[in-house]
Formats: sequence, structure tokens, C-alpha cells
Amino acid sequence: MLLLQLNNITKRYPGVVALNDVSLDVVKGEVHALVGENGAGKSTLIKTCTGAVIPTEGTITVRGREFSSLTPKLSEQQGIAVIYQEFNLVDELSVAENIFLGRALRKGIMIDKKAMAKEAAKIFEQFDIDIDPNELVGNLTVGYQQLVEIAKAVSQDAQILIMDEPSAPLTQAEAESLYVMVEKLKAKGVTIVYISHRMEEIFRLSDRITVLRDGQKIKTLNTSDTNLDDLVKLMVGRELKETYPARTHQIADEVLLEVDNLSGNGVHDISLQIRKGEVLGLAGLIGAGRTELAELLFGVRQRSAGRVVLHGKEVRPRFPREAIDSGIALVPEDRKKQGALLEVDIKGNISMAILERISRFCTVNKKEEKRVAEYYKESIRIKTPNLEQKIKNLSGGNQQKAIIAKWLATEPSLVIFDEPTRGIDVGAKSEIYALVNTLVESGKAVLMISSEMEEVMGMSDRIMVLRQGRVSGELERKDFNQETIMGYASQS
Amino acid sequence: MKKTDSSKAVGAMAASIGKTFGIYIVLLALMVFFSIASENFLDSNNLLNVARQVSMMGIAAVGFAFVLLLGGIDLSIGSLITLVNISTAWLMVNAGWNPLLAVLFALLLSAAVGFFNGWIISNLQMPPIIVTLAMMIIIEGVAYLICGGLPIYGFPQSFSVIGQGYVGPVPIPVIIMVIVMGLGMFILRKTYFGRYFYAVGGNEEAAELSGINVKRVKYLVYTLSGFFAGIAGVVMLSRTNSGQVISGKGFEFLVLTACVLGGVSVSGGSGKISNVLGGVLVLGVLSNGLVLLDVDDYVQKVIRGSVLLIAVALDCLQHRKKA
Repeated sequence: MLLLQLNNITKRYPGVVALNDVSLDVVKGEVHALVGENGAGKSTLIKTCTGAVIPTEGTITVRGREFSSLTPKLSEQQGIAVIYQEFNLVDELSVAENIFLGRALRKGIMIDKKAMAKEAAKIFEQFDIDIDPNELVGNLTVGYQQLVEIAKAVSQDAQILIMDEPSAPLTQAEAESLYVMVEKLKAKGVTIVYISHRMEEIFRLSDRITVLRDGQKIKTLNTSDTNLDDLVKLMVGRELKETYPARTHQIADEVLLEVDNLSGNGVHDISLQIRKGEVLGLAGLIGAGRTELAELLFGVRQRSAGRVVLHGKEVRPRFPREAIDSGIALVPEDRKKQGALLEVDIKGNISMAILERISRFCTVNKKEEKRVAEYYKESIRIKTPNLEQKIKNLSGGNQQKAIIAKWLATEPSLVIFDEPTRGIDVGAKSEIYALVNTLVESGKAVLMISSEMEEVMGMSDRIMVLRQGRVSGELERKDFNQETIMGYASQS
Repeated sequence: MKKTDSSKAVGAMAASIGKTFGIYIVLLALMVFFSIASENFLDSNNLLNVARQVSMMGIAAVGFAFVLLLGGIDLSIGSLITLVNISTAWLMVNAGWNPLLAVLFALLLSAAVGFFNGWIISNLQMPPIIVTLAMMIIIEGVAYLICGGLPIYGFPQSFSVIGQGYVGPVPIPVIIMVIVMGLGMFILRKTYFGRYFYAVGGNEEAAELSGINVKRVKYLVYTLSGFFAGIAGVVMLSRTNSGQVISGKGFEFLVLTACVLGGVSVSGGSGKISNVLGGVLVLGVLSNGLVLLDVDDYVQKVIRGSVLLIAVALDCLQHRKKA
């Protein structure tokens, strides 16, 4: 039975066609995956189902009822619920109160906390989830918060659950409990539309897959009839070379960065070395102290003990500028919050960290600025009609490239990448990997923090695993193995 | 097909013209209206008078625009103008200082107050609106303490040049405004620290991680805000020829209105001095026109408040559309 049908949906914005004649059939009880590169139109498409976007043309049919457009209210009445990446939870309220937010159970005029806790516990029991309904949501990890968000939708009797990259912020272990929940929901007959960049989970969870590219539907396939290579080909519309391009250069013997017994900012007693031309991968669970270590090296936070030697010289940055001047660059984790100046043009973003260097008498040398920006636009292929575009108009992958350009412009000898490909599509990912290779081939050293197991294993020469702020293991490339790394990351 | 394309292009162009020159279109409309409604409005003396009246607002608006760019606000500038008025007057009249020396002292004082605002805001991480509100009250109190609430007058003749002199037909306050605005534009467009204002206002964390010393930027911006307010205060004193405790009252509000009318976003990160000038002129023309039409004082107050409300509403609407 067809539960949800999108019929020839077109959405035009001034100057852009976000969706072009897209049709989609969702069968009751299936897990329907929606895949495509960033900007393919996935988010716009689901927003038409939730009433956040009004289609220019086309209709939406839910259980045989046809609508020319939905409103958020109407969508909810039809049993459609969306789990966004950013949760709609109130940190200061309990789990149960969040689940019943806006429709609290009452005894007379009083809120009946006990009844809500009981109802919430019932829902969790159905899914074998171990969450205390009385716990404050703010005290839960991201993974659990997401389960609460899903439980909220379930308690509202959602028949169609749309999940937009639900696993993106989760660790491997947290993602596992998400998958279990999805499987249970499916067993209960809930229909799920699942958007994700992670291919493993798509193959594990979905019954059918619809591929979008450039606002058009390319194909809907049965998951059992396809494989990863074919799917990626459909998504990018071209053959991708190996995802992790091989490096051929010899790593030098010269140690570029030496860290001895570094402590502070939640990390303890960390020692490591990176040689010229080497990529050291930093693996671990969220909260293991990887970003915190990067912050110490970059002078965002101060160490309490230990020594850092770069190029044979001891460095002790008190703030980022000093780290930058000594040759360290940090491409931060959260592109929008920590990396991009969204309202500033691409050129201005690229030159941001070198403005003082290219100024005379406080006046920016605009010619030099333009030259540097052009150089990086060409050399790392930032796709944009011109450098005067605001950076927010670029796709995620190109934004990330512009931010990397900002750091390369400082001519660093050590580049720290914190989750360099988070939320970036397949095509841009492999370009960033190629870029990392170019960096190490030219003798720079790279410290790469990544929560994606495949990525950290594919890109690193060595991997160091952190757990609870300490080094819990180190592996040479020949010993890379997912189970071993997970073991180091999670053993207690 | 071709036709719709070109009409779209025209539409887009109109939109971008509206965004760039919107405030000047409003200005033109106001001027047309007042020139029809009042025969005196277009008189060249009246127009020069408007220019002279707005010059103090225009001078202070440059510093205020910097603060807004940072995502902050500086409510203390009105009181600061009062303090500059009173202290300069007191130094010249009661202490017998040379006018030049008194002016220099007043400018240093206002820059110092601004720096102090910036220091508290960035080191104690307090909301700018509270810090500068408290400072506004404190400074006003100090001004009263100096003069006991009484006006101070009887300045040396040479002092009046600043506010009342002319170069050719152009009043000196207007020239000072043009210079300050030019300086403001130069800072924002050409200097690296001007770029930092946008960066810090747009995304403080990203700015910090890009090696920008955010604290230092804040010190600089609040210092400049105080400094420019100080210049406005000196011009005002010279124009009125007497130091008054109510001289700067409500000035921060006028300047805020002018900046927002001129398209400086209250949420920081975007705005241009060239449009702030438009905002300043619109306010000046509006209040001059209303006086010429003999509109009641209290009605004028209602109108000025409404203008601020509408300007901020437009700014917020624009931001929501972007999101």
C-alpha cells in the first residue's frame, strides 16, 4: 500500500531549481533511504512533506488524500514526524516532560509528572532502551537525546517518520542503538524515510533507496539489487577513483612535532610524535579528548603541564595567533560555527588569517589578497563563479575547501584537521583526501581527528587512540583493524 | 523565455538597488514631501541648517555603527556627550584652561570611558547593554556632580569656531562630520582591523580561531565609539555656547535609530557607513520638516520612536528571510 506519494514536485527559488519534477512513492512499513550529494535536494524534498517548503508545482498524497501543499500542522495531523539533526528538546526539562511537551498529562490543573514518567517508561520498554524518564535531557549524551526525540515522535503516534542524517552526530556505539530502534520501529509497522551519507547503514537498514542528484530523481532501487559502487556512481554521476588515494612518497625521518606528557583541558599525559610527511590519525569516542588536545596545541586553551616542540623549537601558544605564527593550523570541527564567516565573501574568508601579514600601515593590500584567493581557488578547486560570493552560498564541501584554503594561506608546517569531512558529500570528500595527500607529500605533517572509522584507517600512516583524555593505544598502518581500534577506544 | 529572463534580471537589479540605495530613496521621498508641504524647506539656508544639525549625530554614528557591527551596543554615548560638555566647559571657565587643551582632555576622557566599557565587556563577559546602561547613569551622575546641575557659560571667543564657524558657505561641524565619516569608511574598507569588526560581529568563535585577538578588537571599537561621541560633544558645546546637563539626553537613541535606518544590522556583522549617512540625513530632514510643519513636540516623539521600531523590524525581517 502506498502511504506517501510525492507527485512531480518542482521547487523553484529565484535563479535556482531546487527540485525538478521529483516523484517518490513510499510503501507502508518500509524503510526508504534517500541518498545524494549535498545540494541534491534531499532536505528540500522532505521539507515539502513537513510543510516547511511549499512546492512550486506538484502534489503530495498521504493515504490517498491529495494536497497541493502541506502546513506543519497538517503534516502532523497526517502522522508525519521529522527527526532533525538539531533536536527540539528542552535541556532543563526531564525526558518524560520533553516527550509530552505541549500536551502534558494533567491531573486537574496540575501536571501529572508520575503519569508522564510511566508512559515514557512504557515507550522505552517497547524498544529496550535504558533511559530514566526523570533524568534531565541536558544530562544525556547526544545519542540518547536522539532516542528521546524519536520516542517523542512515537508517542505522538507518528506513522511516517522522516529522519534527516540521524547518525551524523553519533559515535559508533550510539549509532548502533539508533539502528536497533529503527529496526524495531519498522517491525511495528512504522514507515521510515531515512536520509544519510553513511553507506553502511543505508545497506543495513533500508528496503529501497531513492537517489537524487542536482534536484532530480535518478532512480529508485531495491536495496538487495544494488551495491555500494553502483550506488555511488548513481549519486555522483561519474566514476569515483579509489576513495582513499594512495600516497607514494617516503615519510621523512625528521620529527616535526613532538609532544611530551601534555596535560590540561581534560587530557592527561599525552605524548606523541609526527614526522614530516606523515598523517597521524586520532581516533576515539566523542568526549575522549581529541578536540581538547587540538585546542591545547593551537593555543585555544592552556596546558597545565608538558612540552610541545615544533621544528626543534619549543612552542607554548597563549592564543591562536601565536600558534599560527609558529606554523600550526587548525581546521575546526564545526564548519559553520567555528570556521566560516558566513556573511563575508569567499576572498575575505580565505584571507582572514593572513590579513595583518598582507597589510602595510594597517591597509590591506587588496591585490595580494585577490592573488592568494585566486591561487587557492584554482589549486584546490573551489567551485564558485567568483570570489566575491558570500561563503554561505557555497555547498558544504566547497565551504570546507575555502576554510582549508584560509589555513593553507598561513603556510603552516603542521595542519590539524578536526573531522574534516563531516556532513560533506562523497565527491568533495575524496577531493579533500587528495588535498591532505598533497600536503604531506610536500613535507607538511597532518594530525587528523576523525570519528569515521573508515576515514581514519584509510588516511592515516599511524593511528593513536584516545580514551577519557589519555592515550589508550597506538597502531602502525599494517596493524589497522576496526575491532582493535574500537577496543582501545571503549575498553574500560 | 528571454523576456522573462530579462525581466527577472531587472527585478534582481531593482532589489539590489533597493538594498544599496533604499535609505536614499526614502530620503528623496521625504524631501519631496516636505518641499511640497512647506515652502521654506528647500531654502538653501534651511538645508545647510539641517546639515549642521545632523553633523553631531553623524559623527557619533560612526563609532556607534562600529559597535553595532561587533554585535554590541553603546548606550553611554548620550551621557558621555553631556560629560564632555560639562567638563570642557568647566575646565575653560572655572579652571581657566586653554580651549585647545580642554578639548584634548575631553577627547582623551571620552576615549578612556569607551575603553573602560570595552574592557569590562570583554574581560567580565558582561552583556554590553547592561554595562553601557550602568555607565550611562554613572557618567550622568558625575556630570551633575561637576556643575551641580547648573549651566556653565562664558567661553573664550576662539572656542566658538568649532561649532559656529564656516569655510566658505559650509559650516565647520559639517566638515568635521564628513572627515569622521570618511575616516570610518576608510577603516571599514581598507584596514585589516576594520575587517576584523565584521569578522568578530559575524562569528566571534571563528574570528578567534583565525588568530584575531577578539578582546583587542573590542577595546578598540568601544574606545572609538567613546572618542567619536567625544568629538560630537565638543561640537555641540561650541554650537550651543553653554555646558548643559541635558545636552546629550536621548542622543544614544537618535544615533541608534540613524544606524539601523542606515542598514546596520542590530545582530552584528553587516552594515556600511555610506548608508548610515543616509539614515542620519533622514532623521535630520524628518525632524526639521516636522518643526517647519509645526507638528507638536510630543507627536514628534511618537514618530521618532515609531521610526526606530519600523527600522529594526525591517532589519529583523531581512534576517529571517535569509535563514
